[in-house]
Amino acid sequence: MKKLTFTSIFSQLLLLIFVIVWIVPTFGLFISSLRDKDVLAISGWWTSFTTTEVNEIYRTEGNESQIKEGGQFYIRGNLFGEDKGKQIFRFGVTSKNIDEFEVGDTAIFKDKTEITVFENGDYTWKSQEEFKKKKGKRVFVSAKSPPSFTLDNYKEVLFKEGLGQAFLNTFAVALPSTLIPLIICSFFAYALTWMKFYGRDILLASIIASLVVPLQMSLIPILTVYNDFGALFGVAAKSYPGIWMAHTGFGLASTTFLLWNFLKSLPSEMMEAAKVDGATHYDTFLKIVVPLSIPAFASIFILQFLWVWNDLLVGLVFLDKHPSEIILTAKLKELLGSRGENWEILTTGAFVSMTVPLFIFFSLQRYFIRGLVAGSIKG
Amino acid sequence: MNIFSLAITVLIGVLFFVTFFHLSNFLLDYFRVRATKKFALENSIRVIIFIAPAFIVLFIFILYPVFETIRLSFYDKQGENFVGLYNYAWAIKDPDFKRSIINNLGWLLVVPTLSTFFGLVIANLADRVWWGSIAKSIIFMPMAISFVGAGVIWKFMYDYRGPGDQQIGLLNAITVNLGFEPQAWLTIPIWNNFFLMAIMIWIQTGLALVIFSAALRTIPSETLDAARIDGASELKIFWKIIIPYLEQTILVIWTIITLLVLKVFDIIYAMTNGQWQTEVLANLMYDWMFRGGGDTGRGSVLAFCILIGVTPILAWNLYRHKQDQKV
Repeated sequence: MKKLTFTSIFSQLLLLIFVIVWIVPTFGLFISSLRDKDVLAISGWWTSFTTTEVNEIYRTEGNESQIKEGGQFYIRGNLFGEDKGKQIFRFGVTSKNIDEFEVGDTAIFKDKTEITVFENGDYTWKSQEEFKKKKGKRVFVSAKSPPSFTLDNYKEVLFKEGLGQAFLNTFAVALPSTLIPLIICSFFAYALTWMKFYGRDILLASIIASLVVPLQMSLIPILTVYNDFGALFGVAAKSYPGIWMAHTGFGLASTTFLLWNFLKSLPSEMMEAAKVDGATHYDTFLKIVVPLSIPAFASIFILQFLWVWNDLLVGLVFLDKHPSEIILTAKLKELLGSRGENWEILTTGAFVSMTVPLFIFFSLQRYFIRGLVAGSIKG
Repeated sequence: MNIFSLAITVLIGVLFFVTFFHLSNFLLDYFRVRATKKFALENSIRVIIFIAPAFIVLFIFILYPVFETIRLSFYDKQGENFVGLYNYAWAIKDPDFKRSIINNLGWLLVVPTLSTFFGLVIANLADRVWWGSIAKSIIFMPMAISFVGAGVIWKFMYDYRGPGDQQIGLLNAITVNLGFEPQAWLTIPIWNNFFLMAIMIWIQTGLALVIFSAALRTIPSETLDAARIDGASELKIFWKIIIPYLEQTILVIWTIITLLVLKVFDIIYAMTNGQWQTEVLANLMYDWMFRGGGDTGRGSVLAFCILIGVTPILAWNLYRHKQDQKV
């Protein structure tokens, strides 16, 4: 089977095309989040790996920084503010002729002052008389910009745009929204599997039915209940405990179903033996079922955690858009509206929101896949 | 809120439930020692302790709302006065509703079909090359990220600049390179729906892929080898053996993705917010929940339409569950 046939080359090629199409969008986002925001706005991310030529406008400093040397006045500085690794190769002083001069040459402004611009952006501006104007002059440069990446965008979104707080908020939503269903559903699933009681089959059937009931069916009544509850007790209608319970409700059916599926497969002799030994159901649950279910718990935890982390709708309906409650996805959506053209904010923000899922994905992929497969083959 | 108060809130929330179960079971055990004979009573109390929290949550968040939403769909804006079929009559006449239904049907037709198809093809390809597992990881990755995150990724891909400017969206850069005019993809009615669907397909193919990969391993290798010895081409094996063998799995994946697509909200909300004729039922419903102070009647009608969409799947699931129980 290992021979290099036409079919094998063809399948490799086809798969490669699929892989490229699938990875490129995410890769582009990641690269863009690491680029300087000014460059990002005017050039495609795929140009960032090669040296590119850019035309830019800078302004010199004003008269405050002039010094007098031997009867002449000088202003010295760097056009880029600081050395950014860009190399200027031509420059100009009028908008009509932006690349009139070779780097290192001296250009003369209309007011007879002279300026010399060097490769790294340093300039010396010379005048016979004292500089009067507070504002500097415009200088046009054509520069070669080597590949350069920066973490500035991350600093900006995490601390100035409030994504750092949203990140914490999302954790505060996601952790209990995953743990609470796991706790109550494991008891529930245990009861459905190993306890005999009237109405068990109906309960199981209603779980199966609830699996497919769309979330949208619950939004309006639950929101009304929350508003009434808030008004009755004089507390906020939208709160963390509120969204935990909402997520618990919406994740309950699938969590119970997956656990039930798993518990069913445990040998019944073990439960019988425990019963004969006088163990109560609670003992059996704690000492036998929980330790055996750890892998299943891990899979379900990951599925539910990712679901809650990535959710937008529930977060929009049951939490305020106030900075202390807004979750990452809602924040990102807000940025899409308000900062729609600031791609440095959006790409970085999106990547920040993806860090936790991607970390879980790459470190616990096995459990993730196991959960998905278990949930689907049967469900 | 700072990190500590958040952590404490979280801890209290989780501990509350742990304490409930532990304390109630502990108390039950404590009193059992005193009254050993009431075994049946103890058992029923234990059942109640085990199922009550989950059942209450299930009742409040799923069972009650289903009936309440249906009830509200016959009531007015505030849900106070009975208005009969007025909201349904409004929906039938509403152009947005019609547009949403058509779009939803388009989504239902395109996304599950293409995701399942791509997933099946990729699972097959990946099984026969040495770097298959890396390829699978990459194609599966979008499953982990949020729809909004995916929205940003693709909005960046679809970004549009005027014809003279440097394009920073990849799709337009390619278009311009091929000598065409750049397009504002998301604002071209009808077609923009397909650009939105592409995102969902990009995400859901990974799901189909991993499930098919697992299912492919259950095909007995003798069958495949026998076919190969008989000289069947790979393409023939795919159509004549693999697809029939995976029929059940294909159906399951198709229904899972269909369920997701029926509820699709995030992608459209983040990308176009239903503008340029891209609205679907879930978006329209969200709109009516809050538009003009909210209209629970109209919102409920829209939610009910989504429920009707899932009903066949619901019935089929229950039927299969019953079959399973019999065995």
